[in-house]
Amino acid sequence: MKANRGEWVKIYNIVLTSEERAPQVPDDTRKVPLESWVKGFIQSDAEIGQFVEVVTITGRRVEGELVEINPAYTHNYGKFVPELLQIGIQARSILAGGDVHE
Amino acid sequence: MSKDMSYQGLMARRNEIMKQAVGIDYSIFESGSIAFDYEKMMRETGYTLEEMQKIQGDTGVGNTPVLELKNLTALARKVAPKGKGARIFIKDEASNPSGSFKARRAANAVYHAKKLGYKGVIAATSGNYGAAVASQAAMHGLKCIIVQECYDSKGVGQPEIIEKARKCEAYGAEVVQLTVGPELFYTFLKLLEETGYFNASLYTPFGIAGVETLGYELAIQFREKIGRDPDVVVCTNAGGGNLTGTARGLIKAGAESVNVVGASVNLQGLHMASDEQFNKKSFTTGHTGFGMPFSTWPDRSDVPRSAARPLRYMDRYVTVSQGEVFYMTEILAQLEGLERGPAGNTSLAAAFSIAQELNEDQIIVVQETEYTGAGKHIQAQLSFARENGIEIRFGNPEEEVPGQNIILPNHPSLIKARDFDMDKIRKSYIKNCLEIRGIEKISDADMDFLVQETKSSYDFVKESLAERNIQL
Ligand SMILES: Cc1ncc(COP(=O)(O)O)c(C=O)c1O
Repeated sequence: MKANRGEWVKIYNIVLTSEERAPQVPDDTRKVPLESWVKGFIQSDAEIGQFVEVVTITGRRVEGELVEINPAYTHNYGKFVPELLQIGIQARSILAGGDVHE
Repeated sequence: MSKDMSYQGLMARRNEIMKQAVGIDYSIFESGSIAFDYEKMMRETGYTLEEMQKIQGDTGVGNTPVLELKNLTALARKVAPKGKGARIFIKDEASNPSGSFKARRAANAVYHAKKLGYKGVIAATSGNYGAAVASQAAMHGLKCIIVQECYDSKGVGQPEIIEKARKCEAYGAEVVQLTVGPELFYTFLKLLEETGYFNASLYTPFGIAGVETLGYELAIQFREKIGRDPDVVVCTNAGGGNLTGTARGLIKAGAESVNVVGASVNLQGLHMASDEQFNKKSFTTGHTGFGMPFSTWPDRSDVPRSAARPLRYMDRYVTVSQGEVFYMTEILAQLEGLERGPAGNTSLAAAFSIAQELNEDQIIVVQETEYTGAGKHIQAQLSFARENGIEIRFGNPEEEVPGQNIILPNHPSLIKARDFDMDKIRKSYIKNCLEIRGIEKISDADMDFLVQETKSSYDFVKESLAERNIQL
């Protein structure tokens, strides 16, 4: 996939390698690098995976690996959790005078 | 010569960068020992209540409604002993711009940044505060960068934090997203140094004082509505600013007899800086992973002296389980027609239990709500937990083990606020003061300070010090 100059993209960097990490981090975290993602307008045409420069929305110039073009928000409401249905049903029946536990 | 940008190199410039970025010389409040002049710091670097009401009011922050949760109260009375079950009220802070009480903190911080002539603001936060700062920066025409801890090393993001990033970007902010680790602070310092922007820290006097308007409003609203102050106010507690500001506001309104309760979600056993455990928790704030360390050592924040000092104001500190908070979030929607939270509903779950200890004519207040939506919603969070191997089932909340399961209460009678031993927390704070500052001898001023910091007595502090062989 190719990004054209001026497109909105997401770039990736390793901020600290595993060796450079702070002394106080737990062992499982120390095994992996500290990584970062920033979005901005790409300054040259490039392919995914290439090292590029972007200008962020605040005007900072940041370099990094191109990972996504027009990065989308994909968070949602997840898969349906049927247990939740039971909570309201039970509470309404208790309020209606039904089952009360002491 | 170019600057040393290594972790150690940058951290060595920490104080210098911070002083530039908050515009406060904290040294003038220091005594050289344990004690520092907290009230002087709040007075000289903060704003008066009237000024804050004006600053916040000008951007549509504050004056949020207080709602009586009549059906929830009725449910509590069904499961309470006869004659018990206080009236439960909630202050709907979700109706602030940006959707949470954090707008109050951000309003002051961003106003102050603008007044001092900064071109932009930066905040290190994965939560509602980022959205609040971004929203305020938009109103004041300042640039804004939010630094988030968002992903684990597999690149899996906590949905609630991803939603916060979206919200910040919606307000025109730049969001820098990181994987798990305390070195977020390193990236934060680097950005402050690079941009010269203001550190809109959660813990400055202007930020914390911004919450005083909440406590003040609350007292006034109750006097107007009911004719008296509430008996208990429950605050969801993490970094301690919510509770500190609210309690200070209550005191400023003269509502000194109100019992102030802190409530956190129990995440005991999960390490906050652990990459593997990052996505095993279903709460990104309001939990013990922040609440306990910040209560027992508030000066761990990103400023030299935190203005959030919850032990000064806390009468009681309770925990509830993740399952209990999710359950109450669903109940709030089903019985009261309010979709809010979940993290902000931590105090709601606690209040539902504490109401059952009180008489029917007493009043308990949940002092905030927060917005909900994609990523944040209980459907999203529970579904995410299930995908991460967390077992979700009905049962007794006592069986919940953070990181392994989420137990939805089988029945509302099973919801229980569990008390921490306050004296143990107070002693832990005193121990941290002594050990972290390397103190062996205590002055009279330190003594008075410790009594105030722990909301205890001279005798209690004396005894705690004696246990550690500290001379007076
Ligand atoms: C909705 C909500 N409630 C409560 C809190 C806890 O506030 P504090 O960190 O000041 O204790 C937060 C903070 O993250 C929050 O976003």
